[in-house]
Amino acid sequence: MIGELAIGLGAGIIAGLLGVGGGVLFVPGLVLFAGLSQHQAEATSLLAIVPVAIIGTYRQDRYGNVNRADALVVGLLSVAGAAAGVALANALTGTALRDAFACLMVLVALQLVRRALREDRRGRPEHAGQG
Amino acid sequence: MRVVAELPPARLLRLGVIGTLAGVFSGLFGVGGGTVIVPLLMLWLGYGERAATATSLAAIIFIASFAAAVQGLYGNVNVLDAVLVGVPAVAGVLVGTWLQQRLNASVISLLFAAILVASAVELVIQ
Repeated sequence: MIGELAIGLGAGIIAGLLGVGGGVLFVPGLVLFAGLSQHQAEATSLLAIVPVAIIGTYRQDRYGNVNRADALVVGLLSVAGAAAGVALANALTGTALRDAFACLMVLVALQLVRRALREDRRGRPEHAGQG
Repeated sequence: MRVVAELPPARLLRLGVIGTLAGVFSGLFGVGGGTVIVPLLMLWLGYGERAATATSLAAIIFIASFAAAVQGLYGNVNVLDAVLVGVPAVAGVLVGTWLQQRLNASVISLLFAAILVASAVELVIQ
């Protein structure tokens, strides 16, 4: 239980700090420290993301940064894709899914490096909590 | 909603494509899908980074909920773990946002990139 709380707090801090999503941290955290399978970790991460996205949206909306109509359309029209993505994940073996996820982590790491180099020239970032 | 009904068809189509791609990505990887949504909002709809990130977060509330519900049908969701991770994460995000004003983000980005790569290796070889 301490492991889960630490994953949440640590991932949340990094998400707020860097503007990367919680999911890319929740999933490996749940596999490595809570002993979940890759499939369970991904499914559980999705549910854990919801409160983080709600609070983030509330904060951003106060600054008028949220385009509500666009967000609603993107969100509602994601339902078929989300079902397909989940079906695809469940059609893959745990090993294949894990390896694909590891590639995603490296990709996010590269994005962070690129952004760090860009920001060194330009100053501070202004975004937080990409989900 | 009237605002939604008044969106031009071309915009609606682009938003639908973004939603679908983000949904697949989210469902497949158990993440929100911001990695897909933010760049596409900027590229296809002329969003600035701040508005793209904020709007993406709002869309993710729906996307992650849908994907979590479908994963629930497969019996993969561990609700207790989700609460134990999700609730402190909310507090963490608030701390992280506060820290963002006070730390050198570039150094942290690079450090964290290294941690991500190390975790990816750990995940594969465990």
